[in-house]
Amino acid sequence: MAKLETKIHNITLKNPVMTASGTFGYGEEFADFIDLSRLGGIIVKGTTGERRQGNPYPRMAETPMGMLNAVGLQNVGVGTFCKEVYPRIKGIQTNILVNVSGSSIEEYCSVAEQIDELENIPGIELNISCPNVKKGGMGFGTNPDMAAQVVEAVRRVYHKTLIVKLTPNVTSVVEIAKAVEGAGADSVSLINTLLGMAIDVERQQPYLSTITGGLSGPCVKPVAVRMVWQVAHAVQIPVVGLGGIASAADALEFLMAGAKAVEVGTANFVDPTVTVKIVEGLEDYCLRHKVEDINDIIGII
Amino acid sequence: MKHITDFTIVCRKQLGDHYFALTLRHPSQLPPIAAGQFVEVEVKGNRDVMLRRPISIHDVDPEENTLTLLIQIVGKGTRQLAQLQEGDRLNLIYPLGHGFAIEGQRPLLVGGGAGIAPLLHLAKCYHAKGIRPTILLGGRTKELIPVREAFEPYGQLLIATEDGSLGEKGMVTQHSQFAAPYDHICTCGPTPMMKAVGRYAVENGIGCEVSLENMMACGIGACLCCVTDTDEGHKCVCKEGPVFDALRLKKWMGLE
Ligand SMILES: Cc1cc2nc3c(=O)[nH]c(=O)nc-3n(C[C@H](O)[C@H](O)[C@H](O)COP(=O)(O)OP(=O)(O)OC[C@H]3O[C@@H](n4cnc5c(N)ncnc54)[C@H](O)[C@@H]3O)c2cc1C
Ligand SMILES: Cc1cc2nc3c(=O)[nH]c(=O)nc-3n(C[C@H](O)[C@H](O)[C@H](O)COP(=O)(O)O)c2cc1C
Ligand code: FES
Repeated sequence: MAKLETKIHNITLKNPVMTASGTFGYGEEFADFIDLSRLGGIIVKGTTGERRQGNPYPRMAETPMGMLNAVGLQNVGVGTFCKEVYPRIKGIQTNILVNVSGSSIEEYCSVAEQIDELENIPGIELNISCPNVKKGGMGFGTNPDMAAQVVEAVRRVYHKTLIVKLTPNVTSVVEIAKAVEGAGADSVSLINTLLGMAIDVERQQPYLSTITGGLSGPCVKPVAVRMVWQVAHAVQIPVVGLGGIASAADALEFLMAGAKAVEVGTANFVDPTVTVKIVEGLEDYCLRHKVEDINDIIGII
Repeated sequence: MKHITDFTIVCRKQLGDHYFALTLRHPSQLPPIAAGQFVEVEVKGNRDVMLRRPISIHDVDPEENTLTLLIQIVGKGTRQLAQLQEGDRLNLIYPLGHGFAIEGQRPLLVGGGAGIAPLLHLAKCYHAKGIRPTILLGGRTKELIPVREAFEPYGQLLIATEDGSLGEKGMVTQHSQFAAPYDHICTCGPTPMMKAVGRYAVENGIGCEVSLENMMACGIGACLCCVTDTDEGHKCVCKEGPVFDALRLKKWMGLE
């Protein structure tokens, strides 16, 4: 059997397949369908300083080969996460990472500090796609200086593996990736959702309560592969690739483009067993192509 | 425990232009299914339909290991499902959500449109407890009230149609028997109907359960797309519902 093990900074993954934040709950929701210990990692729901209600319903619309969402970071808040959720999930035999979100640098730091205390969480994924309320709602992740500032601040208080999740809604994702690398990120993951919009022409109204929302699913994959390839060639730190992955072949595209690991998001909604199928598909691919170590094909393009 | 399984279609019935019913056989023993629970159906063959579609469990036959879905054709996904033939396979995630509590000695079940689907299994559950519910079904015309005969053995059947083509003319809430002294009401159907029924029940102190049909992406509580406003803030309809105590939905019903 081929070696599927990969590494993201200090985190060893038994295989490169993780789950994307916001699409896999806290992992528990999928325990009836798959053996969670077969995954390389689970990235749980975006967590903020306080409990959040998210945006009003409707906050989902299906689009060709994808979906728009405007969930808006509904979550229980870091306090409840640490007290109630963490004890339930800490025993899952895989890497559990927390996606950290916020509306200010202080909030990001406070959440990161509290997660730092949790023994079985080896890293965080910093979601810098959020608007900065103190800077007129401009996204942290769309400006290299702001992105670097938030990463520097979190780096000072967070001591384990720090993955920074990049938004694709920028002119040059490479510029942002380099900025966060310079600010102390151990890894970058990309892509978050693409800003999109859909209109119900019968009702003459947008489908989402927020009018615009985040596009995900197979339709975003070519954009995501391109960005991962560009970033992997521009930074020294490991890259985690995601966006539209629904099969082992999709995952392999990201690995060949330079990703050390991948995350599966929207595809979990269509088939809750898809992640394990992707792991099996990678094993099968390695066998067919006589690949002894998955790392041998990472970044070959 | 939730499952994901390929079922085989053993019976397909077209019910007028707008509805069809699929009876699906499970390859082995069917797990217990509460009235009001639903399945997430995989839709194959249309590239514009990626997500599964949530459909209520209309009927269950534990001896035959079959369950039946009653589906209204409203868009691309349901139109695609209407193409399925006997012998085809259909992948389901099931049973999902929380069902009805089966409360009250004199219950009223109110359904409209595709919302009548869960009420058959519900009527049977009451019947199995020795209780004969009153079943009030509504629609714009009689064509929009499929499978009404199936309810007859399990309770007292009442019909309201907006055009008067069957039963009393008007909305379900205008039916002469709507305000009879029931001690519990269960409702599923178009949102305005459920809000009207729920408001009536809350204002009259009658226990009431409402089964919501919010848009869903995952159906298993993972995406948080399907939320409704409740007394405790946003709750996922797929996980905490689809059946809610009406008292929890006062804000949704416009009572707060
Ligand atoms: C828990 C639950 C149980 C359900 N049970 C049944 C059932 O037993 N039988 C049945 O026929 N339908 C049921 N529905 C509704 C069914 O899921 C939708 O009608 C279906 O998803 C529409 O898919 P489509 O691709 O045909 O429509 P689309 O092409 O996606 O949309 C067509 C139109 O239908 C509307 N629509 C789409 N989804 C929904 C929805 N969830 N609720 C209301 N309107 C919608 C859209 O706004 C649009 O106007 C249930 C929904 C839920 C959440
Ligand atoms: C319903 C939903 C909720 C999401 N919530 C989050 C979140 O809380 N934090 C985050 O960083 N990304 C979130 N995402 C983005 C995904 O993690 C992922 O970046 C994106 O969906 C692209 O991958 P995919 O095409 O495989 O889904 C969410 C996506 C969806 C569809
Ligand atoms: S549909 Fe995903 S949480 Fe309810």
